[in-house]
Amino acid sequence: MVQKFRTLLLTCLALTLTASLAWGAPLDAFTGKQGTIDIAGGTAHIPVMKEAAKRIMTANPEIRISIAGGGSGVGVQQVGEGLVQIGNTGRALSEAEVAKYGLVSFPFAIDGVAIVINPANGVDALTAEQVKGIYAGKITNWKQIGGADRAISLYTRDEASGTREVFFKKLLAKGDIATSANVVPSNGAMKTAVAQDPGAVGYVGIGYIDATVKAPSMDGMIPSQENAANGSYTVTRKLYMNTKGEPSALVRTFIDYLLTPEGAEIIRASGYIPLAQ
Amino acid sequence: MSVRESRIASLVLGASAIIVALAVLAVFAFLFKFALPVFTGGQGACILSGVWNPFKGQFGILPMLAASLCISLSALLIGWPLALGLCCCMHGFTPRPLGRFLSILLRGMTAFPTVVYGFAAIFLLVPVMREALGHGSGLNWATAALILSLVTLPTMTLVMDAGMHQTERRLRLTGAALGLNRQQVFSHLVLPACRSDLLAAAALGFARALGDTLIPLMLAGNAPQWPTAASDSIRTLTAHIGLVLATDSSSATYGSLFVAGCLLLLANMCVQLMLRTHLRTRGAA
Repeated sequence: MVQKFRTLLLTCLALTLTASLAWGAPLDAFTGKQGTIDIAGGTAHIPVMKEAAKRIMTANPEIRISIAGGGSGVGVQQVGEGLVQIGNTGRALSEAEVAKYGLVSFPFAIDGVAIVINPANGVDALTAEQVKGIYAGKITNWKQIGGADRAISLYTRDEASGTREVFFKKLLAKGDIATSANVVPSNGAMKTAVAQDPGAVGYVGIGYIDATVKAPSMDGMIPSQENAANGSYTVTRKLYMNTKGEPSALVRTFIDYLLTPEGAEIIRASGYIPLAQ
Repeated sequence: MSVRESRIASLVLGASAIIVALAVLAVFAFLFKFALPVFTGGQGACILSGVWNPFKGQFGILPMLAASLCISLSALLIGWPLALGLCCCMHGFTPRPLGRFLSILLRGMTAFPTVVYGFAAIFLLVPVMREALGHGSGLNWATAALILSLVTLPTMTLVMDAGMHQTERRLRLTGAALGLNRQQVFSHLVLPACRSDLLAAAALGFARALGDTLIPLMLAGNAPQWPTAASDSIRTLTAHIGLVLATDSSSATYGSLFVAGCLLLLANMCVQLMLRTHLRTRGAA
């Protein structure tokens, strides 16, 4: 009996060990390193940066990572002036910015946004013009665009949302959003609202689409993780990390970490699509 | 208690009272300090206008103030009579076991987190409202007001009940001597004598409804427009603060938060002061 128990215990121990070794692998790159990394810029990046920083600092307390927001403009300015080591942007750098500061860009994720409707809605395809009309409050019933006779209820996101920013710039082309549109505070709340309301139209990050909502094709483009990654769906933006000149060894390790499978998992958990290395 | 002890006690109590008062004053001072630059920064008139469209440089938060007042007043109109009715039930208008059950239920309800009400309402009340109104999303003034009245109900009922309990005990003998039964004592003696408790319950319920963030955020729809009908999606000041809090803290959008906070405090203070003066003049008359 004792013998059996001991075997069981040993097996458990061995399993935990291998599991923790397998888990720790990408973080091994940080072993023996020390120093600080300061990060500032795009707010969409923050959840990814925070989770990565948490894991790295837990594995190696010698490394300190600070993360600030401020938006893409602040990211460029601070990294350019050497105040931080990584400046995050939600857009590609302009030639002027690259020339002025000598910045190097590292894209690591795609932030794609898709229109979602209730699964019971018969509409399968929309055009950008129709979406503009719907959000401006000019198209008010689904039957005007080939659906059932039901009033459209509009859902949009709060002022701080990066998802709203992509939708507003890439799909609406900065067109109007009717003031009567309902405002929801998160991608999750958007999904719940649209899944409940048969007349709903809203938008979520592509990573959030599941069976509870339906994503109609947009100008013939099918919104999916693959299409956003291969460029055949274009309501997207890339998320970049930027450094002044080539990054130092520690910063390079941080950037590489986000491109490992573990980094990809963090990116996916934040609702973005990881870029293949 | 010796003289020395009582002196220490009164010192400690006095100090705590002063600290609490200072804390409240500090909240006011900070809010005004942060709200002032918004007005002096050139968008003063803009922030007290009727259009909120930060992407076009319009930062009017007056529709949110109107929404806050509308939602909390209607929640009060629904909740206060219900609370009064429940108090009647607990004071002899229903069989005693039912009254006791209600009392336990209401005490339990005060401990319910508001998010549970909001979440349940999204799945139970919102679809009903959507179909009943025939248009819109079901996230509107009426839905939020109904749930808010439910949230404020236990607080109001318990405040009323506490006052009535005391008064009833004091007047029971008098009533019995007049040959009145329990219901008659309650409706003819206790209720009129409890006027101030009823008003205090209303003031507390209104303050609670005005200050609640989660229910309007989850159920009122948050559209920054003027409330015109019960089926309108509207945004309260509290929900506005919740929605905008994550924006860039140097932007004008963020600045509107401090003004929103000031307006909330002022609105609440006005109502409380009005009730107090009303009570005082009544008491003097």
